[in-house]
Amino acid sequence: MYIAHLSLTDFRNYAGVELPLEPGVTVFVGQNGQGKTNLVEAVGYLATLGSHRVPNDGPLVRSGATRSIVRGDVVRDGRHALIEIEITPGRSNRARLNRAPVSRTRDVLGVLRTVLFAPEDLALVKGDPDTRRRFLDELLVARTPRLAGVRQDYERVLRQRNTLLKTAAQASAGALRTLDAWDAHLARLGGELLAARLATVEVLQPLVAKAYAHVSPAQEEARIDYRSGVELGDATTAAALADKLTDALAERRSDELRRGVSLVGPHRDDLLLSLGEFPAKGYASHGESWSMALAVRLAAYDLLCGDGGEPVLILDDVFAELDSARRSRLATLVAGAEQVLVTAAVPEDVPPQLTGVRHVVAEGEVRRVG
Amino acid sequence: MYEGVVQDLIDELGRLPGIGPKGAQRIAFHLLAADPVDVRRLAEVLLQVKEKMRFCEVCGNVAEEERCRICRDTRRDPSVLCVVEEPKDVVAIERTREFRGRYHVLGGAISPIEGIGPDDLRVRELMERLADGAVQEVILATDPNLEGEATATYLARMLSPLGLRVTRLASGLPVGGDLEYADEVTLGRAFEGRRLLDA
Ligand SMILES: Nc1ncnc2c1ncn2[C@@H]1O[C@H](COP(=O)(O)OP(=O)(O)OP(=O)(O)O)[C@@H](O)[C@H]1O
Ligand SMILES: [Mg+2]
Ligand SMILES: [Zn+2]
Repeated sequence: MYIAHLSLTDFRNYAGVELPLEPGVTVFVGQNGQGKTNLVEAVGYLATLGSHRVPNDGPLVRSGATRSIVRGDVVRDGRHALIEIEITPGRSNRARLNRAPVSRTRDVLGVLRTVLFAPEDLALVKGDPDTRRRFLDELLVARTPRLAGVRQDYERVLRQRNTLLKTAAQASAGALRTLDAWDAHLARLGGELLAARLATVEVLQPLVAKAYAHVSPAQEEARIDYRSGVELGDATTAAALADKLTDALAERRSDELRRGVSLVGPHRDDLLLSLGEFPAKGYASHGESWSMALAVRLAAYDLLCGDGGEPVLILDDVFAELDSARRSRLATLVAGAEQVLVTAAVPEDVPPQLTGVRHVVAEGEVRRVG
Repeated sequence: MYEGVVQDLIDELGRLPGIGPKGAQRIAFHLLAADPVDVRRLAEVLLQVKEKMRFCEVCGNVAEEERCRICRDTRRDPSVLCVVEEPKDVVAIERTREFRGRYHVLGGAISPIEGIGPDDLRVRELMERLADGAVQEVILATDPNLEGEATATYLARMLSPLGLRVTRLASGLPVGGDLEYADEVTLGRAFEGRRLLDA
């Protein structure tokens, strides 16, 4: 798939921009702070309903404006789909698909798929577990958009349950009895989320190893494994995993009441990335960490290509971080993709394999130069 | 700040659910410009709704007398009880003409975030209604969203020692929404296809 047109109103530093795009490689160059990343951030938003840089929508709206509009014309197998999202921080976003309002914004998920490489990706290796969980969950939703609802409901169960646990000391006996009801739904939704995560990690595993070998040949083998705080045994189905969670919840009930927070469930889990026998976090060098982060994103790209609808590839400022050998290997890997959007502050950082349309970005204006 | 009673009106309207400061202003100025007859009629129904309407002593639905129209209707089947969150859900279900039993209105759903526990809902009244054994089936028709599901799970567990038939509306309702948003046909089908809950 590819984006044929991107249009922004009051998004970041853009008052208004209309940008026709083509399949193949498009490079955005321009000095620091001109709006290159803002463009690709908007594309990512259309795919995930979130920014890869900030956890909430406030900073996305141009200062002085009250809402942003992001529009993208997505072409898949020759058919056009127009996604429009109005971002109003503090309120729920509104979305339209082919000019018809959708009942829930998340109904537009799955129309556009992207895989975005960014300097922030180093956090996949070096950062906290929530960065890795978010990576995995976004991948699940890209594969199976229905899971966006499961994820949202799971977050909501957690908030409800944590509120109840926090007030447990003052809560009435009646209120405490509702904890069992929340447990049932935490286990049900958590089981579904876990089943999808485990299945995705299983298919991702060989792809990560392959991608790492491409990016960084003649090094140790890269692995990705799911690490759950709950003993899962050989359970793989949502129902069997829900049973495991139910048992664990019963076991930890008194701990949870004492600490006033949910200690059991997929929100406590992590992905273990390792090189050879060592975990990447804490052991890998800076360059190895970068290769690992790239390999994880490339594997996600590979996975999405494999199950219907090649995603749009976005490379935000990544070449600047890589040595010339890794640069050119990455360029070769992605050069054949249906659409690649690249940003760079220094045009020379973009490897020569990636030739295509070129735009200059300056002060919130985009101008085609080649 | 506007002069005099206009500001009072804006403040009062702004206190209502679903009306923000801008909406309150628009309604206030609409009323200021409206025909006095229309405004008087509005004022009268506002007063009447408080004077004449109350909540049914039996089921918690809105009623003009001690008992609501449905609770007074002897043709309704006393052996089936449908538990809903709000009076508006009763209206939605009545529209389907699928259900001939009686209702119990909880007055909301369990939600710790909003400070709503079972003691804030009409759960005790429900248990009292079930004590005489006349009801044989309880249909849990709380909203198909997380809080509605959790409330249904909670009630199903409370009811299981009573040995009643406890059912839940079939899935197929728009998930995550309110019961009242489902169209008549969908809601009617959900009633027909209701399934037994094992708590
Ligand atoms: N909400 C906003 N309103 C107005 N301007 C904003 C807003 N958010 C960010 N900006 C501006 O956008 C610019 C950053 O844009 P962006 O991150 O796209 O830069 P870039 O071209 O990718 O730069 P670099 O090469 O350093 O990565 C900054 O100048 C910032 O002040
Ligand atoms: Mg940038
Ligand atoms: Zn009644």
